[in-house]
Amino acid sequence: MMTQILLAGFGGQGILFTGKFLAYAGLLEDREVSWLPSYGPEMRGGTANCSVILSDEAIGSPIVLRPDVLMAMNLPSFSRFAPLVRQDGFIFADSSMFAADCGRTDVVCHYVPATQLAANADLDGLANMILLGKLLRVTELCRPESIRKAMEKTVPPRKQQLFESNLKALALGADFGIGEKQG
Amino acid sequence: MAEKVLMKGNEAIAEAAIAVGCRHYFGYPITPQTEIAAYMAKRMPKIDGCFLQAESEIAAIHMVIGAAAAGKRAMTSSSSPGIALKSEGLSYLAGCDLPAVVVNIQRGGPGLGGIQPSQADYFQCTKGGGHGDYRMVVLAPSGVQEMYDYTAWAFEIADQYRVTSMIFSDGILGQMMEPVELRASRQETPQEGKPWALTGTRGQREPNIINSLFMQPEDLERMNLERFVRYAQIEAGETRWEEYLLEDAKIVVVAYGAAARIAKNAVQAARTQGKRVGLLRPITLWPFPKQPLERLAKRVRAFVCVEMSMGQMREDVELATRCQRPVYLCARTGGMVPAPEEILGKLEDASHGCCV
Repeated sequence: MMTQILLAGFGGQGILFTGKFLAYAGLLEDREVSWLPSYGPEMRGGTANCSVILSDEAIGSPIVLRPDVLMAMNLPSFSRFAPLVRQDGFIFADSSMFAADCGRTDVVCHYVPATQLAANADLDGLANMILLGKLLRVTELCRPESIRKAMEKTVPPRKQQLFESNLKALALGADFGIGEKQG
Repeated sequence: MAEKVLMKGNEAIAEAAIAVGCRHYFGYPITPQTEIAAYMAKRMPKIDGCFLQAESEIAAIHMVIGAAAAGKRAMTSSSSPGIALKSEGLSYLAGCDLPAVVVNIQRGGPGLGGIQPSQADYFQCTKGGGHGDYRMVVLAPSGVQEMYDYTAWAFEIADQYRVTSMIFSDGILGQMMEPVELRASRQETPQEGKPWALTGTRGQREPNIINSLFMQPEDLERMNLERFVRYAQIEAGETRWEEYLLEDAKIVVVAYGAAARIAKNAVQAARTQGKRVGLLRPITLWPFPKQPLERLAKRVRAFVCVEMSMGQMREDVELATRCQRPVYLCARTGGMVPAPEEILGKLEDASHGCCV
């Protein structure tokens, strides 16, 4: 089993951290993982993306060209990558950033107003974790205990106040829109 | 087994160098390898080591020459245009028979080029890098664990044969994170293992001299021939490669580094289509794994080189196989990376015997 994930958005939205967190959660489950950031001209233009692969077997190319799961936090990333998602894949988009509609019926789309939810809950800057919370709840990519442990690994001890707020953001995203229609 | 940590390839190189006793790092920033210098800058002061950001790449490699002459494990790192600047120092290291480790996290060229991954310094680095009759050991990791392990190995080779070893990698491997087991522990060769080092005579012994200037051609030839005896030992003892699904293969993909990872995906895909395809991954680019390629040439139909350069490695494959079989090329350049589908297309050409 191999899952190829692409995370994309503006610089500063925590895209690279989200990917690293996800990779750590996979590592803690003894899976093969890889994390590859964009570091090229597009990054210098303000957008960031990273490829994360979680796999039960050795990983070949770390470059995700056709994601199984896309997390898009801005319109340029959504427009560019949504058409590349594999059939029966998943798209998670921050719908407070743009009017998201991928126009595809062969993938499962979840639109979460993550930035708005973060602002309302006094969790500014954690829209990434809200969206990731939804992603993890829907895809069940990692076990809840590995998610908690990955948080311990990736949040430095001197920033312990972020530990609880990150967990809160994950839970907020996970529980968002339960029972709503998906399109 | 020790706990695995998630690390960038660049960080793994720096951590391995420290683990095997390198306490002298000299560098100059350039994308995509700057994490090596950043890691060294953070760690070296805490372990009584020396991190120094030099005024230029040329200065940095000459600082390596100084530290190596004093018998210390020393390293510098850069990316393609910076390695070109260091090439004078690479030749002087060879001329002085000094052990050193140099890291090249390649980006697209020529000129200042770009910052995206590339393998286009193959000619330059596998043929020595600088002027004169000498060789440099060139190691090509294809994952973050190998970035770590081969850095430790590079220091061993350098000390054992008094040569420069290069970690020859690219922006993908430098920037990507994978789990790493921090398992290197070998300590620095004790000073007495380097009787040639400039450590001060204290009036107790004849002075050592480290020099690359020999005005008598007889002397210089003798020095060079002595070096080539060591190079032959390296070829006999250190040549390494990986074989993947070669037992029944009719078409052999040859690829190293990041390109080999992508090639492996393509080989797997071709196997599911029933094609008898395998992969030979050179781990040492110098010495190049000539023998397995020559053996394969006797029984396979064709070779397909996958590289992020315009067929630079293909020339070594053609030489090693004595051109007994067609050698196809699947190449991207300038910072572009081949997709598995492109490789599959080339495998299709090769199996139909289309033109090379």
